[in-house]
Amino acid sequence: MTVKQLSVFIENRRGRLGEVLHVLKEKDVSILSMSLADTSEFGLLRLITNDADKGCEVLNSLGFSGTVTNVFIIKLPHVAGALQNILEIISANDIDIEYAYGMSVEANDATIVVKTSQIEKAEKVLADNGIGTMSPEELKAL
Amino acid sequence: MIWSEKETLSRKEMEAIQLERLKETVYRVYDKVAPYRKKMDEAGVKPEDIKSLSDLSKLPFVTKQDLRDNYPFGLFAVPKDELLRIHASSGTTGKPTVVGYTKGDMDVWTECVSRIACAGGAKSTDVAQICFGYGMFTGALGLHYGLENIGTTIVPSSTGNSEKQLMYMKDFGTTLLVATPSYALRLAEVAREIGIDPKTDLNVKIGLVGSELLTDAMRDEMHKYWGEDMLITSNYGMSELMGPGVSGECEYLNGMHINEDFFIPEIIDPETEEVLPAGEWGELVITCIKKEALPLIRYRTRDITRLMYEPCECGRTTCRMANLSGRSDDMLKIRGVNVFPGQIEEVVLSVEGLGPHYEIVVERDGYTDKLTVRVELAKATDSFKELEKIEATVRNKLRVVLGLDAKIKLESPNTLARFEGKAKRIRDLRKGN
Repeated sequence: MTVKQLSVFIENRRGRLGEVLHVLKEKDVSILSMSLADTSEFGLLRLITNDADKGCEVLNSLGFSGTVTNVFIIKLPHVAGALQNILEIISANDIDIEYAYGMSVEANDATIVVKTSQIEKAEKVLADNGIGTMSPEELKAL
Repeated sequence: MIWSEKETLSRKEMEAIQLERLKETVYRVYDKVAPYRKKMDEAGVKPEDIKSLSDLSKLPFVTKQDLRDNYPFGLFAVPKDELLRIHASSGTTGKPTVVGYTKGDMDVWTECVSRIACAGGAKSTDVAQICFGYGMFTGALGLHYGLENIGTTIVPSSTGNSEKQLMYMKDFGTTLLVATPSYALRLAEVAREIGIDPKTDLNVKIGLVGSELLTDAMRDEMHKYWGEDMLITSNYGMSELMGPGVSGECEYLNGMHINEDFFIPEIIDPETEEVLPAGEWGELVITCIKKEALPLIRYRTRDITRLMYEPCECGRTTCRMANLSGRSDDMLKIRGVNVFPGQIEEVVLSVEGLGPHYEIVVERDGYTDKLTVRVELAKATDSFKELEKIEATVRNKLRVVLGLDAKIKLESPNTLARFEGKAKRIRDLRKGN
């Protein structure tokens, strides 16, 4: 099952990240995990939040460039090799991962946010291998 | 519809009118305008030397500097009492340039604008909203009288307050929009912000745009927001010559038909000042042959274009000038290459995923010029690949068009300044170096 991720384009300019975070705070959009990838000129801020649609709407109304994408949040046990096992299964099934970043949930549990454009296929592979993903309801409850 | 039979004369008939009016103008200017008489005397040319149209090239040029040097009325050929109206250019540097109109000039102006408005599709049944600033600027009042003369209903909404402009458009059933191209795009942007789709919620079918370059790409952008069936034509003029009404496009969009019975066009090489053969690109020089108050002879417009004398499908026989490709003043020399902002604009507007606004920044890095083009993302994305592709496409296209490497800076939507009058899109930070 996928959940909604909020991505925001950010120019590499002092204070720009803070502006985005400020807007989200004002609208009570809380951030559960983030990843910031950048080149020398611009970056993409990717956020798992409690309300990606609301965050996106308010950012765009203020002239930011935000979009909502579907990603998997894969549940992992906190043991050595857990991530590698899953990635091996994914790659063995010819699924390309565009990017991934970690998200901690509880002390004994971890998750990883994974973006792929092959969503349907990934759904099936994950389910067939008994790999758990977080549902939107679970995310909301966090 | 063709407004006047004068637009369909044979070349011979047109040249006969031009020669007669040119001779009359030169005699009158020599007699009444001391600064120009001095120029002619210095050039060793007398009014009686003008025997044919080709003798025009013997006459000295008039430049904007001449207007400034003779501020305010020094180049006028009539006493002040005969003036019905005075306009002035914005004059961002130093004194404004002042222009005046007699009753006869006002009639000619109205006639010329009626012609270009008709060429652009205006009819007596149109509701014309004029989003040019009313005041000292000639654009608004020029279009106003020309359109009124056709019988259109005028909404003189002037500039600013875009939301109210859109309300008028909707509630009054505006069918014809007069604006700069960048303001027309700005209006479409505001419309979408407030939930109006110009294509379905408004009935604007004709766009008469001017006072700023209209590139093909910009026209495409306008069509995208205002509707594919909108007839968008550009028209040309400048206050020194009269205001709008010097030339305008017809529905075939093959260049702007010049009102040649009032204005004689020439193209010169801006550096050598030599007259170039028809068809070549260069600086447009205009001689006013039916002006009473301010009959400028061989006025250097600084606009870069070319002339086309081939007949047009619309039936008009008048000479056409190509849409401007820049101003000889705006020409940027970057690493020794001549760059017209219009070329950059064309590229920016042709790339999918970018908005129509841009800014050109030129800096000096040591001994080298550095060109940066700032553009706005029009569509949000989660993919670096997509962003890098946009960047690379703009960079590659600019390299092809200009032969220069530019740095592309992607910005969030609504980052760059918006302009309701003439857009200022160039920041040349080399000046004073």
